[in-house]
Amino acid sequence: MAAGAASGGSATTDTYKEARTWLLMPAWVVLLFLSLAPVAMMLIYSFLTKEFRGGVIWEFSFAAYDQFFCDRGLFGDEGCTFEWTYMTIFWRSIWQAGAATLLSLAIGFPTAYFIATRPENVRPLWVFLITIPYWVNLLIRTVSMKFLLRDKGPLNDFLMSIGLIDSPLHIINTNFAVQLGLFYSYLPFMVLPIYAAVERYNFSLSEAAADLYASKFTTLWRILLPAVKPGVIAGCILVFVPSLGSFLAPDLLGGAKNFMIGSLIEEQFKGNAGNWPFGAAASMILLSLVLVILLIFARQQAKAEKAEG
Amino acid sequence: MASKQFDIKTYGGFKGITLLCLVVLYAPLIVVTIYSFNASQSLTNWEGLSLRWYADVFSGPESAKFKEAAKNSFVIAIIAAVVSTSIATLAATGMVRGGKFKLRTLSFGLISLPLMVPEIVTAVATLIFFNSIGFDRGLMTIVLAHIAFCIPFAYLPISARMQGIEDSYEQAAQDLYATKRQAFTKILLPLMMPGIISGFLLAFIVSLDDFIITNFVKGAGVETLPTAIFGSVKQGMKPNIMAISTMLLGVSIVMVTISYFVSKSDNTK
Repeated sequence: MAAGAASGGSATTDTYKEARTWLLMPAWVVLLFLSLAPVAMMLIYSFLTKEFRGGVIWEFSFAAYDQFFCDRGLFGDEGCTFEWTYMTIFWRSIWQAGAATLLSLAIGFPTAYFIATRPENVRPLWVFLITIPYWVNLLIRTVSMKFLLRDKGPLNDFLMSIGLIDSPLHIINTNFAVQLGLFYSYLPFMVLPIYAAVERYNFSLSEAAADLYASKFTTLWRILLPAVKPGVIAGCILVFVPSLGSFLAPDLLGGAKNFMIGSLIEEQFKGNAGNWPFGAAASMILLSLVLVILLIFARQQAKAEKAEG
Repeated sequence: MASKQFDIKTYGGFKGITLLCLVVLYAPLIVVTIYSFNASQSLTNWEGLSLRWYADVFSGPESAKFKEAAKNSFVIAIIAAVVSTSIATLAATGMVRGGKFKLRTLSFGLISLPLMVPEIVTAVATLIFFNSIGFDRGLMTIVLAHIAFCIPFAYLPISARMQGIEDSYEQAAQDLYATKRQAFTKILLPLMMPGIISGFLLAFIVSLDDFIITNFVKGAGVETLPTAIFGSVKQGMKPNIMAISTMLLGVSIVMVTISYFVSKSDNTK
């Protein structure tokens, strides 16, 4: 995702100009059929009628969106008043993803800055150290987190043995556990773009500020931060977007009270609730939300590039 | 002046936060690795070193299930990585060496689509797609879904590498009467190898590690390692899960490390 935004307008030569249609054909075909067509089909399914044992009946229906947005009373025959159940789940997801993003920013920014100011030859190694855990199975990382944080887990054992706490901290199945899990899942996405931005930053600007008696904090806040803002925004989006639709962290670390969009969607296709059109509609709403965020981001980036020259 | 400049760049607490960051990232993995060697039947009571849970994975009551799941995982990952890397290599050549063309931005958008759509949405969409065309869920559906999902992961390192190779090498070959096909297979492809290997390994890990998409598109009774692990965790965590996790973790780390060093190597000199 990080590189996706960056290499869109990259340089190109025309050595294989004549063959380019054939070179790109396999990717087009595969992605048209396995990425684009499925999303289109999902949109269609969200307007179909549900089949009770999973799947759909091919009859046009607004029922899925109606269920999402409208509360029609216990017997389903009243007028539409706004339905809060699913909105609450979406809102909780946005809130959790936002908190995880802030946590990642608070830890990720200093880390990225620290790495970018190391000598040039050791920077790739630091970046590598930060990214290794990302490539470890997300499921295993989340399970590891669950194991570590349990009431009788190693973290509580450790804290009790050094006498910092008397009784175990109850972390698992709280909002904080989910935020910690999301932070842990996507932290490299925060560090990498900020690192790239700070690495390009011209430190003589900070020197100039210091020469003019700016404090260190002022230099950081008023000079460095505006200069690396695109990197910070990119990092925030790259953490926020996957957190929003995450399934494993809320499912394994959050428990039933901390239900998020991902679990709501999963339930429609796996569990007994089984309502495919509703699951498709919820996915469409999530996808629209993500696309709006990405569009705003793309426009901002374009503006920033224009401003730079 | 040098010392002053150093001073401007350094913020006291940042080093500490970086170290904290590393601790948070690695602590869970290290703890699980250590406890996978625990001799105890219980999850957290430490009773000394032992390989019993590794033995349990290979010959315990659940070993048949895990072996089948491991076989599926590796077969799927190899096929998905080979196919997606081939597709990505061709596509990267078309994108980086294909001149300017109208569909370029659109093509790039299509290639990176799986990265922008939340994974759970991809999972739902793929499941619905297979359902709508009457394709029975099984190993094949997992393979197809993984191929699409792995393409951007293979594409990014490959195209990054290709952008770093000047086309003068291929030009020279063509000046010496090599055909375009020869210039591609004999010159560009070998130069591209580090990028291709790196892309292949990343695609392999992404496929091997995927849980969400696999969980949606797998047929009943078909398990890969992540879905088998998830199933076991849901029934209550046992120490053998930590042994499997440690092995899988080892595979991922080894592959990423190889990918890192291969992509750093420079064979254009």
